[in-house]
Amino acid sequence: MTAPALQIARECPYAPPAQHVEMRENGGVSRVRLPSGKEAWAVSRLDLIREMLSDPRFSSDRDNPNYPALATVPPPPPSGGSRKLLIQLDPPDHAPARRAVISEFTIRRMAALKPRIQEIVDERIDAMLAGPRPADLVEALSLAVPSLVICELLGVPYTDHEFFQTRTAAILHRDTPPQERGATYAALRAYLTELVCGKVREPGDDVLSRQLAAGADTEDVVALALLLLVAGHETTANMISLGVLTLLERPERLAWLIADPARMPEAVEELLRYFTIVEYGNSRVATADVELGGVLIRAGDGVVSLSNTADHDPEVFPDADELKLDRGARNHLAFGFGPHQCLGQNLARAELDIVFTTLFRRMPTLRLAVPAGQVPFKSDATIYGIHRLPVTWDE
Amino acid sequence: MKILLDEEKCVGAGQCVLAAGDVFDQRDSDGIAVLLDEHPGQERSGAVETAAQLCPAQAIRIEKG
Ligand code: HEM
Ligand code: SF4
Repeated sequence: MTAPALQIARECPYAPPAQHVEMRENGGVSRVRLPSGKEAWAVSRLDLIREMLSDPRFSSDRDNPNYPALATVPPPPPSGGSRKLLIQLDPPDHAPARRAVISEFTIRRMAALKPRIQEIVDERIDAMLAGPRPADLVEALSLAVPSLVICELLGVPYTDHEFFQTRTAAILHRDTPPQERGATYAALRAYLTELVCGKVREPGDDVLSRQLAAGADTEDVVALALLLLVAGHETTANMISLGVLTLLERPERLAWLIADPARMPEAVEELLRYFTIVEYGNSRVATADVELGGVLIRAGDGVVSLSNTADHDPEVFPDADELKLDRGARNHLAFGFGPHQCLGQNLARAELDIVFTTLFRRMPTLRLAVPAGQVPFKSDATIYGIHRLPVTWDE
Repeated sequence: MKILLDEEKCVGAGQCVLAAGDVFDQRDSDGIAVLLDEHPGQERSGAVETAAQLCPAQAIRIEKG
């Protein structure tokens, strides 16, 4: 008997698909068929996903032909001679690569970056206020802020931003044809190579220049730059859009939230859990026979993690399908778990906090310009989000 | 209560600092966690347990007593 097809799209923007919930209730390790036609395992319980992500016998290597990619077509292998990205490295290669960059993302480093993030957010809101109404929040704010912040980290000139936004979105989209995805990767890589070579000649005060100074070679630094862009841009953008929509739709909770800025960090954490946008992003491939949740997973089997479903488990998070801004639970999987847990998580937290706090303070009459039912969700993408969010406000 | 921190395992996610900033810190040089207080008082046990539970690398152990 063939396994049931794994449903990718959410029926409800705010909850996991019923199929995934059923799998979670039936033990949490289920055989499924991927869009590629290959079979794999789907893991849907938080404890089991944590266990898997802590077990070095599960590999992160997205180039492994058995890696359970959800796109019907596999992404192109990185072009010849290029290095593997941090996110796909396994032990023993992962730890030293990660250690080389952690210092750029410490809590203290991120705190020092906050005034600059605040400036970026204020400039974007100034531009919105000076521009036409209604506006698309996704363009005007959600994509712009994280892009500008990453450019700040990397030392990328502002004039090249448009280029990045369109390219990173195309790479992440599930339906981008393989040739186009390959060409887009190549174009980004070429640009970044040029940027990094410029920094070899003339170092700046940025992550890339410091990596070079510490002895990393050009190709490693290019790979890191590419990863930070792809990992930190659309993810943060989607969380901004989803957070604004959700809070606008719940005016009483929004009023409670903005009454005291100290409430924001917990609210951000809850929004991260509630949406768990990288819902399949912690997938792995087994490199040995491993027992997980009483099921024998064979070497070579792909394992898809249903992180959003795990983060909506009422046994772990009481009333899990409800948004409780003061829940105060950080044990969610929005940033993953294990050695690959998001490197940029404290940057993302800072960006979300500053964006929500500033936006609702400076634009108190902000509201949707279309009925909420017409907001187009990225139900077909592997990273959940919103395509466009038309908003308006009073002068 | 005694805290054991395995620096080799730490992946610098900073969860421990967020949970108990008076007990854990991150080194500026390499981002790896360090203990500010190896024997925190009993009143910190909740925060320290949260840190241990959240640590993605399972690098924090608590010895009771
Ligand atoms: C709300 C926004 C974000 C979410 C939801 C998110 C989510 C994730 C998740 C789930 C992983 C783990 C992937 C895996 O285990 O295979 C991850 C890894 C990573 N993220 Fe994020 N991320 C966000 C923002 C950022 C930002 C702003 C940056 C940096 C600028 C970033 C950089 C990275 C990197 C470099 C990794 C790979 C770490 C490693 O493999 O050791 N992320 N992220
Ligand atoms: S939570 Fe764990 S991995 Fe993260 S900094 Fe603390 S000890 Fe290191």
